[in-house]
Amino acid sequence: MQLLYPDDMPFIPNLTFKEEMLKELGIKDIDELFSDVPNEIKISGLNLPQGLSQMEVENRLRKIAKKNLPFPKFLSFLGGGIKPHYIPATVRALLARSEFYTAYTPYQPEVSQGFLQAMFEYQSMIAELTGMDVANSSLYDDATALGEAMRMAYRITRKNTILIPDNISWEKKEVLKNYIKGAGLKIINVPYNDETGTIDTDYLTKNVSSDTAAIYVENPNYFGIFEENVLEIAEIAHRVGALFVVGIDPLTLGIVKSPGDYEADVVIGEGRALGMSMNFGGSSLGIFACKKEYLRQMPGRIIGLTHDSDGNRAFCMTLQTREQHIRRGKATSNICTNEGLCALAAVIYLSTIGSRGLVELGKRNLEMGKLFARKICSLPWFKMKFKGSHFNEFVVRSSQNVEYLNKELLEKGIQIGLNLEKHYPELENSILFGITELYKEEDIDRLLTAIKEVYYV
Amino acid sequence: MYRMAVYNEPLLNGLPQIKDNTVDFELDGIPESLKRDKSPEIPDLDETQLIRHFFRLSQMNYGIENGMYPLGSCTMKYNPKISEEISRWEEFANIHPYQHFSTVQGTLRMMFELEEMLCKITGMDAFTLQPAAGAHGEFLGMLLTRAYHEFNGETQRQEVILPDTAHGTNPASAHMAGFTVIEIPSNSEGMVDVDTLDKVLSDKTACFMLTNPNTLGIFESNILEIAERVHDAGALLYYDGANLNAVMGKARPGDMGFDIVHLNLHKTFGTPHGGGGPGSGPVGVKKKLERFLPIPRVEKQGKQFILNYDFPNSVGKIKQFYGNIDVCLKAYVYILLMGGNGLKEASEVAVLNSNYMKKKLVDTGLYELPYKELRKHEFVLSCEKLKEKKGVRALDVTKRLLDYGFHPPTVYFPLIVKEALMIEPTECETKEDLDRYVEALVAIAEEDAEVVKEAPHKTVVKRVDETAAARNQVLTWKES
Repeated sequence: MQLLYPDDMPFIPNLTFKEEMLKELGIKDIDELFSDVPNEIKISGLNLPQGLSQMEVENRLRKIAKKNLPFPKFLSFLGGGIKPHYIPATVRALLARSEFYTAYTPYQPEVSQGFLQAMFEYQSMIAELTGMDVANSSLYDDATALGEAMRMAYRITRKNTILIPDNISWEKKEVLKNYIKGAGLKIINVPYNDETGTIDTDYLTKNVSSDTAAIYVENPNYFGIFEENVLEIAEIAHRVGALFVVGIDPLTLGIVKSPGDYEADVVIGEGRALGMSMNFGGSSLGIFACKKEYLRQMPGRIIGLTHDSDGNRAFCMTLQTREQHIRRGKATSNICTNEGLCALAAVIYLSTIGSRGLVELGKRNLEMGKLFARKICSLPWFKMKFKGSHFNEFVVRSSQNVEYLNKELLEKGIQIGLNLEKHYPELENSILFGITELYKEEDIDRLLTAIKEVYYV
Repeated sequence: MYRMAVYNEPLLNGLPQIKDNTVDFELDGIPESLKRDKSPEIPDLDETQLIRHFFRLSQMNYGIENGMYPLGSCTMKYNPKISEEISRWEEFANIHPYQHFSTVQGTLRMMFELEEMLCKITGMDAFTLQPAAGAHGEFLGMLLTRAYHEFNGETQRQEVILPDTAHGTNPASAHMAGFTVIEIPSNSEGMVDVDTLDKVLSDKTACFMLTNPNTLGIFESNILEIAERVHDAGALLYYDGANLNAVMGKARPGDMGFDIVHLNLHKTFGTPHGGGGPGSGPVGVKKKLERFLPIPRVEKQGKQFILNYDFPNSVGKIKQFYGNIDVCLKAYVYILLMGGNGLKEASEVAVLNSNYMKKKLVDTGLYELPYKELRKHEFVLSCEKLKEKKGVRALDVTKRLLDYGFHPPTVYFPLIVKEALMIEPTECETKEDLDRYVEALVAIAEEDAEVVKEAPHKTVVKRVDETAAARNQVLTWKES
């Protein structure tokens, strides 16, 4: 009924019964219900246009949408921890079940068993993939997960310094700074080896101390490189009683060891690749898992298995005494609303592809990364910046000006990778490329042809 | 008669495994120290089996489309289908955050216009869409508070004051940002006691956090005086926007004297809660705080929309990229649909529905309404009488409501009301449903106490033993 006629106020059925209800309340005018609002601040309405019909809104949004160029119509090879991935139809279909997506946080377990079980399954899969004992049911994103992990390390160790490598996203570091400010933590920036792109372990050894709360390592790191010395780093951390915190890309975990296998204490990561669209960097999935001994210090919601009054299996939110609605100022974190539906997408995604699919997906991304790197470096203007083994992102050094190339390619509907120089001044004329299973070899060839056209004109 | 679907649905790893699990791990390009030698134990399932699994789970879950969901302070509105659909269009879904700005003009325009709309709705001067949820917005608000005082050389301002009716996230957010939290008791009317506030305000005060209407559903009528005292003390006034649905088009936090505001798009602006998220918690500020907002800011330069990172006083970032933009898009669609007139009607009817239910329930004499009578979009009843008379607690009432096919209200909050039921019907319910809900609450109060205390009876499982869950700590299927 609100499809065509804007005069009908949508989603407010009682406008029809307003007079009747006012009468029952014994009042004449709805404004009497606002008599407690001082006259000085009362307004007569909002300075916004009248509501539109659904048809008008859809037409307007069609126009706005036309001003966006989505993948693959616009062929971007941007890395930076977010890339387009294939999303199985099962994920979309099941996420559209409104019993899931229109529900609130499962405070009433008796009518939320479905979502609770799915979250329990999500936690189980994340624990398995990361090699940790427990996982929470999501944080906002990987950057906030890193912030929470460092705060947690402080609560556990009561030490004040954290070692954070320079080969992570600059945005993540910015978020981290804000998360640790209140706890009074201090960051020691750890350089990376200019040749391999991996973290400088000598620097780590020299800079850990009895004041170190945690060492963070990302695997693969922002430059796409696998950190192969993780066992050594774990040892450096544990020697001084610090936590070893590892950031992962879940797509690698079918082919790469779980951080639990190399002695990580806390594992974080971004789960967007597990069935979510890029959405301009929107809704994300902060993965957070840890060893069981640190459970009580873990932030965020946790789902547990228990039983009902008849002794039947049941699920519910548990260990809520860590959380803000019980603990208030003393909570492990202020997080309340999380990214539940994204965690649901991840568990549906993982059950759709299975272990076999995860391994194949890892291989495919690894191989596409290698193919792409080989092809781009076959051009005379590019060479690999780092020697370390990389996954589906990598850095190349360009002999030419990156911004010029970027501008020329844009006109052909292509965007090369990310120009790193702005936030990593030591990486002059360096481009962070990304690719995934969703790209075809022809896409790479289209890029190569376009680059040649720019330089050979 | 309400019945929920019940399945003895096994865990995913208990379903039949269908694939051969031998995988070749001979791979080039992975350092030896990191090579896996066996597959992770993720179940390999047939598609029919997995679809049935999650479909059945969905049937064992209660959402807003199953029925009334009057959770206080949560604003469980209908989530328009059109918003969901538009947010999935590839032009919005398949764009990379670092794409050149000329290729994402549509989304940048949406962000710019949404910020403008939120400014007009709240009376603030500038907005950021970066926070992912309400609590995340509060945390940003606290970082802005800190940046503001530091900028003015007032680093001694380390205290945040809030009333005892505040949401739990308020003290948690203030604490996370490194502030000391001071909680002040409400007065006999359930409102901020201005004299008490005055006594704790000092040159150490950084901020006073307030929800208006507060969590009792009471409008803080002294708000102008409160704002004056807070500002006279050199502190900032923070608005927790969880209850904005009470006052849209009637009054604006900006006009009330608030300096920082966070909104919950997943409450007031009709985007789904997703079983816990994703939400979106935009933060609005007055001019004097604009320079501290996170980067980047969306700006209009001539006919083009751009992302500007050049704000040297900015607090930096609190999330990667620009916020939960897909959620923002849904809220943008909602605001276009409602218009200024519709948002005002929404608040008016939300308040009407709440007062209507409140009167009907209080008139029965079965439930009490502590503090003053006039409420906004929500109200808090006490089950204390019921407890004394029949030993039935608020928790029992909520569990019994499940048997009537309703989602219960928020329970045991705010903490200053004993045996509290916090009811927020929203504008989306019909009079008929409000009446049915009232009838259910009346019937429960008059029912055999044992039936109520053993409730629920018709749900997927009976009353869940949460204490055992905390004690046993079975958190993955490996431990089950």
